[in-house]
Amino acid sequence: MARAQSQTKLNRRKFLASVALAGAAGTATTILPQGAAASATTAPPVDPAPRPSALPPTAKMAAAEAGTPQEIKGETGKPGSDFMVDVIKTLDIKYLPCNPASSFRALHESLIDYGGNKSPEFLTCMHEESAVGMAHGYFKAAGKPLMTLVHGTVGLQHAAMGIYNAWCDRVPVIIVGGNDMDAAHRPPGVPTFHSAQDINALVRDFTKWDDTPVSAQHFAQSFVRMVKIATTPPYGPVMMSLDAGLQQEPIRENGEKLYIPRFVPSSPPQGDSGAVKEAARLLSLAERPVIVVDRAARTPNGIKLLVELAELLQAPVVDQGGRMNFPKTHYLNRPPNVIGQADVIIGMELSDFWGVVNGFIDNGEHGIGINESKIKAGTKLISINSVELITKSNYQDFQRFQVVDVSMPADAEATLPALIEAVKAAIPGDRKAAIAKRGETIRKAYADGRENVKRAAAIAWDASPISTARLVMETWAQIKDLDWSLVASEGNVSFWPNRLWPMEHYHHWLGRSGGYGVGYGAPASVGAALANRDLGRFSVSIQSDGDLMYAPGVLWTAARHKIPLLAVMHNNRGYHQEVMHVQRLANFRNRVAYLGNDMAPLGTSIQNPDIEYHKLAESMGWWAKGPIKDPADLSAALKEAVAVVKSGQPALLNVWTQPR
Amino acid sequence: MKNAFAFILTGLVLGSGPALAASAENGKIAYVKHGCWQCHGLLGQGSIATSNGTVIGPSALTFEIFANFVRSANRAMPPYREAILSNADLADIYAYLQSIPKPPDANSIPLLKQ
Repeated sequence: MARAQSQTKLNRRKFLASVALAGAAGTATTILPQGAAASATTAPPVDPAPRPSALPPTAKMAAAEAGTPQEIKGETGKPGSDFMVDVIKTLDIKYLPCNPASSFRALHESLIDYGGNKSPEFLTCMHEESAVGMAHGYFKAAGKPLMTLVHGTVGLQHAAMGIYNAWCDRVPVIIVGGNDMDAAHRPPGVPTFHSAQDINALVRDFTKWDDTPVSAQHFAQSFVRMVKIATTPPYGPVMMSLDAGLQQEPIRENGEKLYIPRFVPSSPPQGDSGAVKEAARLLSLAERPVIVVDRAARTPNGIKLLVELAELLQAPVVDQGGRMNFPKTHYLNRPPNVIGQADVIIGMELSDFWGVVNGFIDNGEHGIGINESKIKAGTKLISINSVELITKSNYQDFQRFQVVDVSMPADAEATLPALIEAVKAAIPGDRKAAIAKRGETIRKAYADGRENVKRAAAIAWDASPISTARLVMETWAQIKDLDWSLVASEGNVSFWPNRLWPMEHYHHWLGRSGGYGVGYGAPASVGAALANRDLGRFSVSIQSDGDLMYAPGVLWTAARHKIPLLAVMHNNRGYHQEVMHVQRLANFRNRVAYLGNDMAPLGTSIQNPDIEYHKLAESMGWWAKGPIKDPADLSAALKEAVAVVKSGQPALLNVWTQPR
Repeated sequence: MKNAFAFILTGLVLGSGPALAASAENGKIAYVKHGCWQCHGLLGQGSIATSNGTVIGPSALTFEIFANFVRSANRAMPPYREAILSNADLADIYAYLQSIPKPPDANSIPLLKQ
């Protein structure tokens, strides 16, 4: 690889090998002859190998283990990592949330010094999962991908859950992992623990593409290619293993002139014209068509297209909320129970079509649940789903297999214009009055449904701990006149924001984690708030307790980089999904669930002691208040917090809530 | 005071057997101890996510139907058989639920009226 071409008489490998010897007490005896031989001609003098000792390491030994070795002098030519920065800068990547690591120190240095810390701007993160989560949330608010750098082994292991969430949520994240591949010359000890043959293997099952470039030109091609692949629907994370030597050594062009390929985005895949026509025929002749959407709208235009199709058919739309697909204020926005009456269902970018038309009751101590169809026999099913184009084998995010009548492995938003035109052409003239009448019936059902939701929200309105409906509506009262964006709502507050807030614009709701990996909410909120800051929007999150504690260091990142975000906590003091799971199993086994001193089965509560999240946030530079248990105190606290966020700072309210 | 009043009312409504001696106060403790609050909320308000939106505070069911459901539930809700929930605790829980005041009219709440 890069090292094989290196003919430099005095190179960093020889220097590092010699320095590392001092710290690698356990390996010194075996490495010494090799290192000594390699440095015999030109390397700096090598200290004698240290004897095994229980004494604390000397300053030099500690520096060799944990510090950054000095670079050798005399290297000439442009560093490979400077050229990499040239490549990265062509791709309009605004930020780089990142936890630092030695395996990409050369690129790090080039980004902030040679690249001027702009496009991308380095954002200091305290966990790789936070960095990926921030990139995840940022994309959903800005529509542009971010990149992150991770340490090749341990850093990527930290990042893995975040990458899986991005994969399941169809979000592009550009991940570059530093990896010191040259086993003959890389420093022994820690850097070798942190190297691997193929770091990409760890995430290959849930990334769209990966590569390991072996030259600067290879990097240029692969980096542009990976951004292109990541940002072509269906979107997804991509991974590059980047050799430390390739970053660090001067470019050797070998007579070839380096170039940077021009980025040209790919068009999204559109549904086959015959399949579109058949779908239109079924929909236009249906008595009770239903549209179900999960991630159908990729952009604000997706909402407009869905409204056009729904109005054309006067068909109810069930928005599963993977994205903001359909205005909640539109009378065709309906709850899932309309599926039971459908004779034709079109599902667009559904993560689980089986789950839309079937019910599953998780039952019994043996885990054998009850499967039930939710639809009438003979109901025709149409699917437009681009994810079929990237289905992989290992991780089961493809869900159960559902037979459909028309299957289009295509991007829904890109297919909608053709489908709309086909439906217009297919609706018989004598069906138009019946379709309009259908709309009137749905309009009345929508109005009744709104009243039912309000009635449900009024129950336990004055409860302490505070009801989730009250939490959500008190928050709404303080932000309703702003250009708000609900960036995350983790921990389940009974979907109150989606049921009660007048969500109409694409940025009003950014969807959930995708893979349901807990720990998404806090970093994704900060990432989305970063995008919204630049777009002049007000960001609010419903932040759950368990989610925040996976990697709370992201709070510091928000304060450090002045990212305004209102985090209103849904603090129900437990991993509530698990609370119910353990209770359920105890009941089926006819046993009393052991609570210890908590309210919930042992191991599921976050109590005794209660975490003072407001103090945690304060300690990392946030304005914070809590715990708020009385609903009468909520409004004033929210007002204060909103003022803080409007001034450009993050604010957190620790609110004790009902379980769901 | 409100609870005591509700307790008397509940006793009258239940009318017979173990339910007659039911205590809303004890029922509140049993409701938490046996994990009912986990899916139904501390005031029986329910959740669309965990109880399909069913409100049990107060319950619309008679004690007999309520008790039969709790003992034999076998779908989304797991059963509470006598071995893990005594008849006395079950009656007390019902009394507690019936003691919970009916919710206010949504239109009387400014935040919900809009």
